[in-house]
Amino acid sequence: MNRGLRLGIGTWGLAVYAILGFVLLLTPIVYTIAFSFNDSVKSNIVWRGFTFDNWTSICVVENGAVCEAFGTSILVGVVATLAATALGTAIAIALARYRLRFRAAATLLIFLPMATPEVVLGAGLAAQFLTAGVPKGVGTIILAHTMFCISFVVVTVRARVSSLDPALEEAGRDLYASPSQVWWRITFPLLLPGIIAAALLSFALSFDDFIITNFNAGAASTFPKYVYTAAARGIPAQANVIATAVFLLAIALVIGSQLYSAGRRKRLARTP
Amino acid sequence: MESASSGADLQLDDVSKRFPGFTAIEELNLTVPAGSFFALLGPSGCGKTTTLRIVAGLETPTTGRVLIGKDDVTRTPSYRRPVNTVFQSYALFPHMTVLENVAFGLKRRGTKNAIARAHEALQMVELDHVAQRRPAQLSGGQQQRVALARAVVNRPALLLLDEPLGALDLKLRRQMQVELKDIQTDVGITFLHVTHDQEEAMTMADTIAVMNKGRIEQMGAPAELYELPRTAFVANFLGQSNLFAGPVLSAKGDTIVVDVAGRKIAVPRERAQRHAGDVTIGVRPEKLVLHTTEPAPAAGVNLLGPGRVHDVSFSGVSTQYLIAVPGVGTLTLFAQNLVSGPVVSDGAEVWLTWSVDHGFGVADEPAEALRFDPDDDTQAIAIAQRRRIEAELEEA
Amino acid sequence: MAFGMIGTSDAPAVADAAPGRRSPVALLLLLPGVAYLALFFVVPFVSLIVTSLKAPDPFGEIGRYVYAFRWENYVEVMTTYWPHIARSFGFAIAATIIALLIGYPIAYFIGVKLRRFPLLQALALVLVIAPFFISFLLRTFAWKQILADEGPVLGVLQSLTILPDDARLTGTAGAVIFGIAYNFIPFMTLPIYTSLERLDLRYLEAGGDLYASPATTFFKVTLPLSMPGVVSGTLLTFIPAAGDYINASSDFLGAPDTAMIGNVIEANFLRVENYPVAASLSIILMGAILLLVGLYIRRAGTKDLV
Repeated sequence: MNRGLRLGIGTWGLAVYAILGFVLLLTPIVYTIAFSFNDSVKSNIVWRGFTFDNWTSICVVENGAVCEAFGTSILVGVVATLAATALGTAIAIALARYRLRFRAAATLLIFLPMATPEVVLGAGLAAQFLTAGVPKGVGTIILAHTMFCISFVVVTVRARVSSLDPALEEAGRDLYASPSQVWWRITFPLLLPGIIAAALLSFALSFDDFIITNFNAGAASTFPKYVYTAAARGIPAQANVIATAVFLLAIALVIGSQLYSAGRRKRLARTP
Repeated sequence: MESASSGADLQLDDVSKRFPGFTAIEELNLTVPAGSFFALLGPSGCGKTTTLRIVAGLETPTTGRVLIGKDDVTRTPSYRRPVNTVFQSYALFPHMTVLENVAFGLKRRGTKNAIARAHEALQMVELDHVAQRRPAQLSGGQQQRVALARAVVNRPALLLLDEPLGALDLKLRRQMQVELKDIQTDVGITFLHVTHDQEEAMTMADTIAVMNKGRIEQMGAPAELYELPRTAFVANFLGQSNLFAGPVLSAKGDTIVVDVAGRKIAVPRERAQRHAGDVTIGVRPEKLVLHTTEPAPAAGVNLLGPGRVHDVSFSGVSTQYLIAVPGVGTLTLFAQNLVSGPVVSDGAEVWLTWSVDHGFGVADEPAEALRFDPDDDTQAIAIAQRRRIEAELEEA
Repeated sequence: MAFGMIGTSDAPAVADAAPGRRSPVALLLLLPGVAYLALFFVVPFVSLIVTSLKAPDPFGEIGRYVYAFRWENYVEVMTTYWPHIARSFGFAIAATIIALLIGYPIAYFIGVKLRRFPLLQALALVLVIAPFFISFLLRTFAWKQILADEGPVLGVLQSLTILPDDARLTGTAGAVIFGIAYNFIPFMTLPIYTSLERLDLRYLEAGGDLYASPATTFFKVTLPLSMPGVVSGTLLTFIPAAGDYINASSDFLGAPDTAMIGNVIEANFLRVENYPVAASLSIILMGAILLLVGLYIRRAGTKDLV
């Protein structure tokens, strides 16, 4: 009896603690979203009343600098994601499916970028571009982002490849599918959820990266770099608008996919 | 490439397969006649699955040739071989419907009305009503039948079955054994079935090849293998056997006589592989007859005893007795329960007899044969364990 | 940079279990990506080492350096910036511990207590990853405003006389540590959640059955079984935290006297153009991290990270 009661208090205590944790996690998000509606003048620090104006003037302030930075971020994110996903998926398949002489070395090479602080990655690339005389700009940002995204793609896709039963591909070959047919009709569709997850992760990492970008951007500006530069003089509310819009879109995507997979699980569970 | 609906001979010539560090198959020679149901039987790691994969084209043999009909397919990639496989895990494509799975092979080969033929194959396995479902929505037995339909629908010259019943429970497995056998008879395709389940092999196959350590130990019809095992491995893997070792005393006429712990045991000459020196002979447990008084010696009957019963396990149809005979070891005996309950109980003194015609002599060196650890069922292991503990307690 | 490692604590054992065949295809698949990493990760690292040993231009031109083996760079950097180095690791360790103390209970609550309510569990997970979807810089900036001198938190604390009237929150070491901890709570929580999610609750029942109190069961059963998640989580927090310079920046939660090694590297590389100092500090940071992480992994007994 006594013990059951103590467990009950423990569970409640834990629930309260966890809810406080969620409040902590969400506080700055709510703040950021709220201040996208602030009727601010120059700096967006003091709450001066509710308005939709910021949402309609995204590309007007500062001659559209926010918008331009946001566009650069999207461009960088898309290109780096495509490159990293292609390169990383190939590595993941090679590592998970084949016997390799240099497996340990390759694995280490993929692990190290994830274990290196971004400031070191950024400074290293910047030092190399400096030595090689490559002018910094959008191109160098893309090169840098592709580099740090590859490792995350490999890890994500590899988990999917190794959970794939090799007998499925053998069954394909056994049923008269040529190697390319096996890849396009069996392997690729089955890996696709993992590849999509890896691509989304890459895009999110690239989109939110500041430190590596800062070292390799030169005069170019991405959305995070814009926010960093603006922080000294006051971040315009339009930055909050963009962040809020991206946030709501991403949350909608996540919840949508959760509901979809939950629905699918339910359908699958209904076996005769 | 074109399939032959009546099946084709499969021939393996001196096939070996070496992996880094071990040899899976050593110089295997095997002919599977067209239209037969052939079982490759052996414990895990004996090379049977590698053999199957070589036939399917999923592995390349290190040496040797594979012929299907008259064609040498050793270097033919699996997707150009007239061979289909029912995989152990079924390997149904999870992202396709049942119908798409079954039609997959037909479509790859550009067969006309692939969908209609896939429906026919599903009707054959009585699953056409689930054609639009995904494999994950089917039960294990249904998945197994879809896998079978997916392979059979292509009318391959040769159908390979890689322990396809392993994942099913006992009752379903029995049912599937019968269905598989029926389908094989219906479609007339050559079936090559790989299994470690001796009962499954015996009930389904026309011919069984028992494999051990990359070699075929013995090949023949199920009854032939059971009644006359030629090696200690076959004697113990296919059913159970009582094996005894001893020197040959005489080999006159059509019997050889072996000295087993002072008793003269006779074996028909044509049923023995070795006729001189130290030999290993054996008899199946159900061929033994139990006596509670010493029987008079008779012509054509072997006698061992006295021994002591140290375990009686009643299993309904029959009773298994374990009998320790001094100088010989522990013998197993199965007796039909013709009267109700066991005839003798633990600790009783008994004698054993069997007809000379039921004995057999194996080819192994005696020392090797007796060292062989049979594929004991857990009950036998438990009994052995208990015996060892009892012996230790007595010593203490 | 979190999702990637979440699934890794368990994946590696499977990954190498099926080695498969040797094939030229494997090299073809591996080569482009590996070459890319060699060119944009290994070579930059080498140029970083080379840069760290450069000497100033003999003609005194600012921002120009010549190739040399000037090992003194390291000595000078260590003597000048040791407080920053110490502060970086101190802040990172403190932030990691705080993130663990906040993240573990959350992970436990979601992974174990909410297991019977899949919908709530999914929602709670979305809440944990929600910060990923809004700019890291804007979140930190939001904290700056919330904790600011005229902000609500300080006012409440002062009116409750918990803090004196002249106290500040922003610009202190506490604020920087809090900011770093906050930013990495999801990185800590998710890997721990993944290892707790699969925890068989019957182990806990078995613990209770074998006379262990709930606390003993937690420390003897639950915690050891969730160690892979704890190790990934702490590494995912500690490594980026040690190199962070946003939180410690004066424009965000820090002040000049809270500057971390990352701030020094940034200032030297991008503003002062003193590349050798920035490079040698990067090498020192990397070396120290590898050393600490190596010791930690050896102690925690987990080898598989990729």
